[in-house]
This record gives sequence, structure tokens and C-alpha cells, in this order.
Amino acid sequence: MTAAGDGRAGPRAAPEDSVALDQRAAAALLAVDPVGLGGAVLRGGPGPERDAWLAQLRRNLPAATPWRRMPAAVPDSRLLGGLDLTATLAAGRPVAERGLLAEADGGLLLLAMAERAAPGMAARIAAVMDAQEVALERDGLARRLPARFGLVALDEGVEEERVAEALRDRLAFHISPGRPGDDDPPTSRDAIAAARARLAAVRVPAEMTEALAGAALALGIASLRAPMLAQRAAIAAAALSGRREVSAEDAALAARLVLAPRATRVPEAEPPPAEEPPPPEQGETQDAPKGAEEQAPLADRILDAARAVLPEGLLAGLGAGLREAARHASPDGRAGARHATPLRGRPAGVRQGELRSGARLALVETLRAAAPWQKLRRTQRTGGPRVLVKREDIRLRRFEAPQETTAIFVVDASGSAAMHRLAEAKGAVELLLADCYVRRDKVALIGFRGAGAEVLLPPTASLVRAKRSLAGLPGGGGTPLAAGLDAARGMVEACRRAGRTPLIVLLTDGRANVARDGTGGRAGAEADALEAARPLRLAAVPALLVDTAPRPQAFAKGLAAAMGARYLPLPAADAARLSQAVRETAA
Amino acid sequence: MDQVPGDHGRGGEEVAVSSVPPRTKAGRASPGGRAPYPFAAIVAQEEMLRALLIAAVDGSVGGVLVLGDRGTGKSTAVRALAALLPPMKAVAGCRFGCDPADAAALCADCRARGRLKAIEAPVPVVDLPLGATEDRVAGALDIERALADGVKAFEPGLLARAHRGFLYIDEVNLLEDHLVDLLLDVAASGENLVEREGISIRHPARFVLVGSGNPEEGELRPQLLDRFGLCVEVRTPMDVPTRIEVIRRRDAYERDHAAFCAAWEKEQAKLRRRILAARAHIGQVAVPDAALERAATLCLALGTDGLRGELTLIRAARALAALEGRTSVGDAELRAVASPALRHRLRRNPLDETSSGARVERAVAELFGP
Repeated sequence: MTAAGDGRAGPRAAPEDSVALDQRAAAALLAVDPVGLGGAVLRGGPGPERDAWLAQLRRNLPAATPWRRMPAAVPDSRLLGGLDLTATLAAGRPVAERGLLAEADGGLLLLAMAERAAPGMAARIAAVMDAQEVALERDGLARRLPARFGLVALDEGVEEERVAEALRDRLAFHISPGRPGDDDPPTSRDAIAAARARLAAVRVPAEMTEALAGAALALGIASLRAPMLAQRAAIAAAALSGRREVSAEDAALAARLVLAPRATRVPEAEPPPAEEPPPPEQGETQDAPKGAEEQAPLADRILDAARAVLPEGLLAGLGAGLREAARHASPDGRAGARHATPLRGRPAGVRQGELRSGARLALVETLRAAAPWQKLRRTQRTGGPRVLVKREDIRLRRFEAPQETTAIFVVDASGSAAMHRLAEAKGAVELLLADCYVRRDKVALIGFRGAGAEVLLPPTASLVRAKRSLAGLPGGGGTPLAAGLDAARGMVEACRRAGRTPLIVLLTDGRANVARDGTGGRAGAEADALEAARPLRLAAVPALLVDTAPRPQAFAKGLAAAMGARYLPLPAADAARLSQAVRETAA
Repeated sequence: MDQVPGDHGRGGEEVAVSSVPPRTKAGRASPGGRAPYPFAAIVAQEEMLRALLIAAVDGSVGGVLVLGDRGTGKSTAVRALAALLPPMKAVAGCRFGCDPADAAALCADCRARGRLKAIEAPVPVVDLPLGATEDRVAGALDIERALADGVKAFEPGLLARAHRGFLYIDEVNLLEDHLVDLLLDVAASGENLVEREGISIRHPARFVLVGSGNPEEGELRPQLLDRFGLCVEVRTPMDVPTRIEVIRRRDAYERDHAAFCAAWEKEQAKLRRRILAARAHIGQVAVPDAALERAATLCLALGTDGLRGELTLIRAARALAALEGRTSVGDAELRAVASPALRHRLRRNPLDETSSGARVERAVAELFGP
């Protein structure tokens, strides 16, 4: 009955067209059920493709639907709401200001540069999406504001940078908008409205639920939200096509749109892997007799639908990643990415004080302090402003100095190091990790061996992840010390751009034997290592070199000097000394 | 309007008490009318449900921390608790919901009241949302009254509302540090001390702290970790029938909250009776010396710090025995609660890759036999 309903993804369509059609379908489905589907992640930089998809979505929505855009760094007062001071002062009673999340109620919310949204912000948005309301407990106000919206996260991340998992998990569609198919007529708003009305009445046959759940598992998707969202998508698709019951076609579309982009592994084609029994065998007993013959093919069809778009999705993602990586490598690639957070450091309450330049006024707290005296002050003078604020009322914001350190561990995992003491070095790193955890530093891990260096763990505050990636660090191969140092320098720069203080802890036995260009030979490798070390000294990065060789090495000592690092031979380094050395280096 | 002499008010300043909201039931139903998902309808996740029920039976076990995968119904379970809990007796008109039977723990108002009238009130399950400001958590000057009437009135915060109930923090590992400090202090002393804007007030705030989070996003401060009596780890179920059941029930709930909740009301009532029976019965549950010895040996073997581990282990086992209608604590109960009571109390050993839960289970298996 509708354009999106019958125009979807026929098997005869060329692959690119079918992708475009699916993406168009996603825009229609999201318009039908924005709250139930959560929303979409749009991966890729700004451009006509993204704009076209957003325009499609917007055209599908009823005319008066709220459409709000918000940046990735918003203070809580704008995100969640708070006290509206102007109105409060005018009215003489507290007036609440709605935040962006409450303003988006009933509509769509666009999160720009979503990959930059901090975990705390993502968690706030996620909590509001779950509760479908804003629980406002701020500035002396306690309110519950309805906030039922769909979220479109505009993900411009490069490489590993991506939208916080808390949000990705809740948004049904993950799309990299491609060339829009512009020859089809758009889904009409009437069709969307009719579909919305039908939504509640759409029935989901048990075998559809089973097929979607089975497909999610076969694709290696752990989260239960994925099959739930897929089911919502299938329901929306059925409603859009005027069906009262979800058809196999609807489920297949849902699998392509919701499950395929989340896949972590490609399922084997035929037969299904033994350890992942398809749902029919374990299906409900009462359904088994009549549905048994149709179930197996259905589950396969759903999975096939997802699998069909898998390689394409994966390849496209990989290709984009490589392109982005190339761009990233150019020196000025991301100069504009540095972005000012509204608050520096951690807020640590307010204090009374004088308003001098540089101090940040805590307006609400100041008014709070002034509030009780208003009656009294007004009796002492007539006329004048509505609110009488005196010097003793002034309250200033306090912040804890930004001392967030990122400890970058550069670990030599070469054969020579492994032979002696990779295990011990790992142990030392783990002790240091525990120490960083106590001091609440972030940690990052770079390993080098064989032909080059690899970032094993970008800066994180999670000890769990750090431990895991360290444990997974294999040993063996040559010692490309220069490559390790180069990688460390790259991360130092990234840390500084993000406003953190980097600190390098290099663990090596100093036996460099792979040069920058990947060729072997001690002399060239050592020269390259020294050359790679110098910029680190120039950048004045606090550093510590832990020599893991059985006997202290002259070259390692020289290297430490070249990079301006403290030198600590491991034989002398017990846990306490290591930890102390890092602390002293950081100080 | 009743006057509260701040327990240690300054220079006889009068602090009026705002007459406004008498303990709202924020955790219960939202204005949208979405009844929370029924507790009894939660699929699998036995360890988490058991820990929450234990906390509901005996609050002295300490809080519950739920760590684990996304989308496993962590916050659903906690919010569902609100609708499950049987109502409690509270002093009529008291902003803190004081217990009329517990004279020692009364707030200043109630002590001044003389004869206390008791009413039935819902047990509060209060959400502490991320982004809450300190004044709303601890309570502060009532800005409305201050602006309108020029009166210094204290407006109780979330801690006051959570008194005698549950305080729930989703994504507890992302909570701002100054709020964590505040919580640590109140959770330890059972009392909230407000010294702001010339207000000086003290009120009881005893609550069961419930937190949930995903350890991938940063870890909890050890001090806060220690405040939780039980720590459970939830994982996504990976077997197809369970997953299908979760999806099916969730879908039924999303489509029609009221009908779904009505269908589960019988089960809910059954659970509620079980909690009440366990509370009545817990005093009679015997803890034989053998069980105490078992607990002590286990804690020694694991090298947990201090006595809190043992105490929690015993208390939780006793509450569990009461829930299951047993008259004494045995190995089965100790085994069931050993991991949640101890896994977050082990000394961190960065060289050991096994999860602390697995370490506890290994020690249990060695001690109790397979």
C-alpha cells in the first residue's frame, strides 16, 4: 500500500540499489515508531548522503514533530534542564527550564558528533530513553518531564572512535548513508500516520520471534536488545505495509537493518553450526507440530537476509576505516577536532568568595544565598531591583585542577624480551596498572614486536580491559623499538589534544634489531630508536624506561637519556620501587 | 507549618519546614502511567533476583551492586522491586517516613510530636539520576519559599526520601566524585548532615544502596565498592529458549503494560507473601556453629579483609534460609550467597586473570566439595 512497503529490496535489484532501498526503509520505519526503535546511528562524515537520509526521515514525520539538534558536549543544565533564572526572578517563584531531552519529547533528537559524547553523557541519555522521561533532580527542583523521542546519533568517528556502546545498543539502525535512490516517491505522511495507528494491533507469530532471536545468536550478537529492536522493526514494517501480522519479508528486512550491522561473526552458510542449534529444535512444544516444517526454512531465510548484506557492510566499513586512517595520518587531518569542554576539571562544589576575573560565578547558588534575605533587604530600601544581591551572597564554582594523567605503557613483546622476562614485564605492568587505578589515571597500552607496533588499548579508565588486552599480548619476533616509540609519540599527541597529561612507561630489554623501515640489523635499529626517542624529550613527556634485560644495558641507559626518561633496571625493581618510580615520574 | 529546631541550629534561628511534597513515590509509577515491569516476570538472572530479595528481607545485609552486560535487565529488576515490596508503617505527616515502632531512630520532628499516628506507606525506591545536583541529593534551602516568603525552609533531598527504603543509582561507576563522597558518608553513618546556606539540619537516612553498572566503562572506587553488601554479576543468557522468552515477555509488556502487569499480579502477590513470611521468620532461623565455622574458613581461605565479609555471608545466608522457609542455615545457603557476598572483597591480584567470582567458586568447591 505504501511506497516503502512494496518497493523494498526485491532480490532482482542491484546490490547498491537494495542498500539504498533498505536505508530508505529505515527512515520510514523510524518515522513510524521512533520511541520503540530508539533511533539510528548514522556513521560517516557530514555530506549530501547524510543530509539526504535525514531529509527523508524528516519528510516522513508529521509536520509539527519536534526536531532538535544538540552538540556532543552539553552541560547538564541544558541536557536535563534546571532552574530558569530569568523566569524565576520575574515570577518570584522557581520556574523550571526544560532541557533538550524534554524538548525533544514526541519527536527526534539529533546528537551531533556523537562519537565525542562522554560516557557520562551517553549514560544520561540512555537512562532517559529507558524511562521515557527526564528525572530532574537539580537546582532544588524535582520534576518528572516526559521525554519520548527517537535519537539519531551522527557518528563522525574515525577508526576505533565510535558512539558509546550504551547508545549504540539502544538504537535500532546502524547506517552508513550511501547514495540515496532518488527516483522513488517518498513515503507519504499519511501512510506513516496510518502505520502508527496500526502499530499496536500487529501480531508477531511465535516463529518470527524465534527466527530473529536465533539469527541474532548465529551472528554472534550477545545483547538482547538487538533481537528486541529487530522485532520492533519488523512490526513497524508490517504496519507500514498494512499487514496485521509480521511476515517473513518484514522479519528479513529487520534482520538486514538491525541485526546485520551488529554482527560480530559471519555464520556458516549451510548447515547451521552445530554449537548454535537453530531455534526450531528448542521451540515451544505446543507450536512444534504445525510449524515444524516451515520453521527451519524461515529461520534460514531470516539469517540469509542478514548474511546477504554482511560482506557488503563489513567491506564498506573496512574500506571507510582505511580511508579514514589515511586521512588521519596526514598531519593536519584532525586539527579542528580539539574541542573545548564547558567545564575544566571536576566540579567540586561551590564556595563563597569575591568575583574576580577568572572566577566562575555559580549563579543559582548565589541567588540561593541571596534569596532568604530579600524580604528583609527590601524593607530597608524601597524601589530598586527585584532581587538584591550583596557581596556576601556571591558564590563561585570550584573545580578540581585537571590532573587527568594517561599512563601509556609501551611494552616490548619481542622474542628476546619474551625469552627473558615478558611474563615478569607483564606482571610489572599489571602492578603499575593497579597503581594507576588507585590514582584514577587512564591507561593505554602499546605493544611492539616483529615488524611493528600496535595500539593494543586506547586510553581507558577500565582496568578490566587493560588487564585483558595485556593478557592477550603474544610474544616473539624482532624488536622494532623505533616503531614502538613512534606509536607512543602519536598517542602522546592525541592525549594532549584531548587535554590530558601523558606519561610514558617503556618496558624493553633494549635489544633493538628492527629498523623503522622493517629491515633487520642492530646498528640501524638502534640509530632509528635513538632518533625516535629524541622528539619525546623535546615534547617534555614524563617517561620511565624499565630495563627488563637480566643485566642493565648501556644502550637502554642511553636510550633513556635520549628520550629524557628515568632509567630503572628491572632486577632492582620490585613492586614498591616500580610504583614509586612511576609516581615520581608523573609528579 | 511546623518548625524544626535544627538539631544544632545556629543562634536560635528558626528553620521552617516546607509543607510540600510528602514523600512522592517517584520509583513507583511515572506520570506517563508506565507501571514498572513486574519483578516476578523477569527471566533467568537468578543470582541478581536472589540478592535483591535478600536485601528486601534483611536490609542489614547491606546494599546490592549489579555489574554486567548491557541489556540484561539490571535496572528493570531494581525498578521492579518498588512494586513488589510490601508497604511499611510510617509516621503520618513525617517527611522522612519515620518508623513509629523505632523510637531511637526518629527524626527531630517526630520526637517533638508526642503521640505518633501510624499510616501505611509504600517502601520508597528512589532513583538517583546521573546529573543530579548536590542540593537535590542532600536537601537544601527551599528556593520557592525563600523567594516567595523570605522564609528559610529546608527541602529534603533524595537521601531523605530514600530513608527506610532503597536508593538506586544506575551507572554508579559514572557518578560524580563529590556525590560519591556524600553517599559514602551518609551510608556509613545512617544520617544526613546538611550544612548549607545557613541551614543546619540532621535527619536519619538509612537506606539500602543499590547500584548497577558496566565495569567496561570504568571501575568503582574501592571505598564505594565496600559499601555494597552483595555484588552480583549478570551476563546475557546465551541459550535460545531463554532469549526468546525474554523477548516475548518484554514485547507483551511494551504493548500493554496494564494487561501484562495484571497477568503477573498473582505471581507478584506470591513473592510478596514470601518476603513477608521471611521477614517474620528470620528471627527464628538458627545459625549453627558449623555454619559459622564454614564461613570463617572460607573467608580465611580467600583472604578477605576484615570481618565484614563473614558477617555479610552469614546474614545473607540467613535471609536466604528464611526466604526458602528453612529453619537453619546450612551449606546450601552458604554456597548460594558466597560469590555475591565475597567476590568484591578479595584483594586485587593483578597477576591473576581469573575473575574474582571464579576464585570464590573455586574456594567454595574445595571447601564444600563439588
